[in-house]
Amino acid sequence: MSIAITGTGAVSPAGWGVEAMMAALASGKTIPPSFIERSCGEKTLRSPVLRVPAEGATTPKFARLRRTSPISKFAAAAAAEALGETRLAEIAAGTRRVGVIFTLTNGCVNYSNRFFGEALADPAMASPILFPETVFNAPSSHLSAMIGSSAPNDTLIGDSSGFFSGMDLAVEWILRGEVDGCLVVSAEETDWLSAEGLRHYSENYLPAEGAAAIYLEAADGPVRILELPDPVALSTNSRERAAEKIRALLSPTDDGRTLLIDGRTGVTRFDQPETLAWSDWKGPRSSPRAVLGEGMGVAAALQTVAAVAELLSGNFQQAAVTTTGANQHAAGVLLGRV
Amino acid sequence: VAYSSDSPPPAPPRPVVVTGMGMVSPMGRDVAENAAAFRAGRMAFSPVTLFDVSRQRVGTAGQVDLPEMPPDAAIPRRAWERMDRGSRMALLAAREALADAGLSGGEMPVIIGTSAAAMPIGEDYYKQALTTTAARGLQLRRVELYQAQRQMTDLARVLRLEGPQRIISNACASGANAIGHAFHLVRSGRAERVLAGGYDALCQLVFSGFDALQALSPSGIPRPFDAARDGLALGEGAGFVLVESAAAAKARGARVIAEILGYGAATDVHHLTQPHPMGDAALITMQSACEMAGLSPEQIGYINSHGTGTPLNDIAEGNAILRWAGEAVGKIRVSSTKSATGHLLGGAGAVESVISLIALERQFLPASLNVREADAVCSFDLVREPRDAEIRRVLTNSFGFGGANATLIFGKEGAA
Repeated sequence: MSIAITGTGAVSPAGWGVEAMMAALASGKTIPPSFIERSCGEKTLRSPVLRVPAEGATTPKFARLRRTSPISKFAAAAAAEALGETRLAEIAAGTRRVGVIFTLTNGCVNYSNRFFGEALADPAMASPILFPETVFNAPSSHLSAMIGSSAPNDTLIGDSSGFFSGMDLAVEWILRGEVDGCLVVSAEETDWLSAEGLRHYSENYLPAEGAAAIYLEAADGPVRILELPDPVALSTNSRERAAEKIRALLSPTDDGRTLLIDGRTGVTRFDQPETLAWSDWKGPRSSPRAVLGEGMGVAAALQTVAAVAELLSGNFQQAAVTTTGANQHAAGVLLGRV
Repeated sequence: VAYSSDSPPPAPPRPVVVTGMGMVSPMGRDVAENAAAFRAGRMAFSPVTLFDVSRQRVGTAGQVDLPEMPPDAAIPRRAWERMDRGSRMALLAAREALADAGLSGGEMPVIIGTSAAAMPIGEDYYKQALTTTAARGLQLRRVELYQAQRQMTDLARVLRLEGPQRIISNACASGANAIGHAFHLVRSGRAERVLAGGYDALCQLVFSGFDALQALSPSGIPRPFDAARDGLALGEGAGFVLVESAAAAKARGARVIAEILGYGAATDVHHLTQPHPMGDAALITMQSACEMAGLSPEQIGYINSHGTGTPLNDIAEGNAILRWAGEAVGKIRVSSTKSATGHLLGGAGAVESVISLIALERQFLPASLNVREADAVCSFDLVREPRDAEIRRVLTNSFGFGGANATLIFGKEGAA
């Protein structure tokens, strides 16, 4: 059975929608950062971040989203774009059963930050409204509620390879006939807590936020999954070895018609495994994180959406999407245009 | 478990068994200690000593007596020191499950459910970040070790497990979902065996959260299905099982603890934190698990309920059981072991699966403790004292924040 990606959505520092992201990637220029400032003792800490521009009008109108932190709003917008109005109507009418799989690394850091701050200051005053939104699967729950689907909904946490595990699970559900289609969504939001946390690894990282969604179903096109190998665990492989193994498992043809969309960010030390594993790649290559920033959990999802857009543009026959995560897996997918 | 567009069509479903189990809970640090405690009807609530609860409404929980140092030389001290409290419990339970299955490492996927993950490390990071920019090395270490996947990578390394890892975070259904995922991977032929389970440790953020929601029982004693129940108690722990194809287990002469007969998952979209009062999603998961197992409700010998002890949960679950069982409901034996351990959140579904397996293997019913007067919703046979019983099939429910609902059915070998 062929599994195809038949819908995509994106919210990124470039703007709301796949089109805005692809325009930024086409420019090849890193999006200018804004800065989060906070005081710590007598010091002022300033973290550069790539935030999603404020365009609230594009957020789907749904009551449960009113109280949520940005991650849920980003995810809802990407999911709605990926599904499109026709599918949303079919789900609402009960004629299309859609599962939801959400992958992330950080989750709702804004509300976790605020709630724990309140709890430390005075537990009696800690907001009961904030706490439920700190739970990893809150954004995912809002999505199922928004589309009105009681089909299975799973949240997976992991490093940036997690999106490919989410795709694998979606394929499993579709092959089993449990759902007619599956939305695989990833999203992250940034605040000082996550931004400073990432920059402990390297001052050269540009922490970013956003969301990406793909809709998978049994179909022949327009973009099919050709290979979705098991992720290679870092428990028994170095990052370098894992990146090599993923390349071998994907085995893309380097004939100039296959686009490589890798997970490099521009931070040499962390990019090294993928740089080495693909050092002899002569074909076209793109590194979206160098433009969109390090989105952690959402990064590979944005890469995948970009790959689909590139294939649909007709410029390439296949696209290999890869990431070498920080501390869990190296993973990837080979997509083909029909 | 890889997918390729050239792959052959999925194979017909095949029988799946559990060949190993491990468990850490406030009642004990292995299966034997827990089995004895549940058979005796003990409970395990004590004043919280892990963090400051002096300004909380409630100050007790079910805490695990966990050593600071590795319990034996097989666990490297450095690995133990890198692990957070929850991952240490997960390691002990996972190791017990593997040993019980007669395995020591090997190639297999690992699927783990957790809700809070390594939150205590994140809390330490946060507290320090508020006050000083010093000790950057320590803060980097905390950022790294806070991440659940880093903890699971370390766990897999200690247990010498090779294979992909999946970390499910569906709030309080996470552990049950992890076992359900493992069941499907093996049932469909995508994996021969999978180590699956769940864990969560007590932490200040989550404790404060449940306290802020006023979901905790002010007395510290949860009374699931009691007419005057007033909330849950939190606990901590880990449960793991080795899920294997029946054919693979037979080929290596493994002891079969139980078959996994059915699994159902659904989403309750009623509210982020409140179940639909009639238990709509719970009804779907119980029905779909039974349909997969080819069983009718009267063939279920015991239900280990989600049974948190909050007014809303127990009503929803009670209604769902009544709708599911129909006229047979009076014969359905139900208890909530959260009355003894507290609510283990992301670990609950896995730990309660192990408790269900213990009940099946040792042929007794663990009890819903502390019930003074059963709620009117209890149309079923509420088990209020532990008792010996002949059981061939057990169903366990897990429901979580966000509407994640899951049901698993286990049976003695040949009970399908």
